[in-house]
Amino acid sequence: MNAVVTASGLSKHYKNALALDNVSFQIPAGRIVGLIGPNGAGKTTALKAILGLTDFQGQLNVLGLDPRSQRDKLMEEVCFIADVAVLPRWIRVREAIDFVANIHPRFNRAKCEAFLARTKLTPDQRVKQMSKGMIVQLHLALVMAIDAKLLVLDEPTLGLDILYRKQFYQNLLEDYFDENKTIIVTTHQVEEIEHILTDLMFIRDGRIVLNTDMEAMGERFAEVMVSADMAATARQLKPLDERQIFGKSIFLFDGVDQTQLRALGEIRRPSVSDLFVATMKGTYA
Amino acid sequence: MKTVYWLVKREFWEHRGGFIWAPVITGIVFLILNLMGIVSGEVLGARHGFHFGPLEGEDIASKIRSLDPHQLQQVGSALDLAMLSSSFLISVVFAFVVFFYCLGALYDDRRDRSILFWKSLPISDLATVLSKVIAAVLIAPIIVVICGVLTGLAMLLLFTITLSFHGVSLWSLLALAHPFQVVGFLIGSIPLYLLWALPTVGWLMLCSSWSRSKPFLWAVVIPVALGVMISWFNLMGSAGFKSNWYWRDIVARVLFSVFPGGWLRDTAAQQLGDNPDHIGNFFTLSNSYAVLATPDIWIGAAAGIAMLAGTVWFRRWRDDS
Repeated sequence: MNAVVTASGLSKHYKNALALDNVSFQIPAGRIVGLIGPNGAGKTTALKAILGLTDFQGQLNVLGLDPRSQRDKLMEEVCFIADVAVLPRWIRVREAIDFVANIHPRFNRAKCEAFLARTKLTPDQRVKQMSKGMIVQLHLALVMAIDAKLLVLDEPTLGLDILYRKQFYQNLLEDYFDENKTIIVTTHQVEEIEHILTDLMFIRDGRIVLNTDMEAMGERFAEVMVSADMAATARQLKPLDERQIFGKSIFLFDGVDQTQLRALGEIRRPSVSDLFVATMKGTYA
Repeated sequence: MKTVYWLVKREFWEHRGGFIWAPVITGIVFLILNLMGIVSGEVLGARHGFHFGPLEGEDIASKIRSLDPHQLQQVGSALDLAMLSSSFLISVVFAFVVFFYCLGALYDDRRDRSILFWKSLPISDLATVLSKVIAAVLIAPIIVVICGVLTGLAMLLLFTITLSFHGVSLWSLLALAHPFQVVGFLIGSIPLYLLWALPTVGWLMLCSSWSRSKPFLWAVVIPVALGVMISWFNLMGSAGFKSNWYWRDIVARVLFSVFPGGWLRDTAAQQLGDNPDHIGNFFTLSNSYAVLATPDIWIGAAAGIAMLAGTVWFRRWRDDS
């Protein structure tokens, strides 16, 4: 399988901060990767590097191209939604479609119009007359009609209500994603995307602290609900995290043998958000 | 090519108000003001028994018949100037539009972050900047010329119709004017304008793509502050650098060359100095194109292109959204 993105030794310094610290990773084709990290961890910088929007040190290869020197060519294969508020406020729906249709060689106008037909948007409507949710519908319609190999989403649902958020990811999965496409998404609303992700990357202080696919994550991490009398035994296995609920303790283990854990109590797969919170403990302290 | 075409079109979608409505409305206002002037002249003239015309008691029609060929030529020139005057007013408005358009062209979308949308499409930064330059110094001036010509012709008609009420034949008067020459002058000035405006467009767009905030302030403060310093050194007696030269050939060129006709300033000083008779012959293409023989316009254009190259670089690498 060909890698869509290959980064090795990726670093980026801002004036007084290190945004990316010698990061290396690979993203294969046909995956939906969640890039998750606290504010200021370097998520957006990593995405900007992939999109050729910022300079960096190290090697980065996106679809066989260098985003620094071959950006114009790269953007025929790559799409991105930065966040909901970046469509120009003066543009009309009709103008946006005309423009992208004539600029982008891989744009399918019929697909875009079919998608918009399912919304309340009208051709003469301007972006400034739309709600945030409608703007993202328009943006998604434009992007989904582009047959790109890589789609980058940076907080695409920030500030949307839950109806729009659910619809956004549902559309993406049902009408867009297939084995030839790759999606990289960052978000803080981890719960909503965890069931659609195939891969997970945690980033903290400019470093990748976890890079796994979802299956491997289920094997490696386990959450065990332990009654009070067994808690001391559980603690000896060096859990990542411990929290109390209904008089019982819930422990999160990393790489501990599952048969060993079964003796302690009921095992289940940890949620991405619990894993995230445990991994990022002390970030803001 | 197709990309640049659509990019230019995009500029007109965004700036329809400045590029299309501003000249159209200016033209209409100009016509209304003239009409008001004519009506009030007629009304006051009728009320006070005052006859329209150069001489009291003499009919304007017979006055025109008695003019010698030289005077008739002057009447024609005056009509040409009347026609040009509408273009002049529209040009002033247009110059302000272009000035602020250039300042905002590569800054506004960074401020509202819509640059992230434009940059998500396969458009080179060169094509983006090029399309904005084309919109500012080629397409917008064409619209201005069209508006100016239509307004000018309407003006001319307005005058001749008014005079025809006073017994002057419409066509005899119109025949004196040179509308085609005026139109030719305006159209022919577009390429000159393109060359002449390049340093200002380049400088303003450079500030627009470079500054993180307040591009207007940077664009104006840098050249003016430098000029004040140079003038101050001159005042202190250091003759190494002529401040007049700086103000005239640098500041004026990077800030005010979006005003059309600036290239006529040297010829104006020579030809109009003491003989106002020449005013009719002044607004001719041969007079305009004489500026191509001076290094001034070429150096300015080269500097403008260099600044535009910088603009493209900043557009590519400015990372603040």
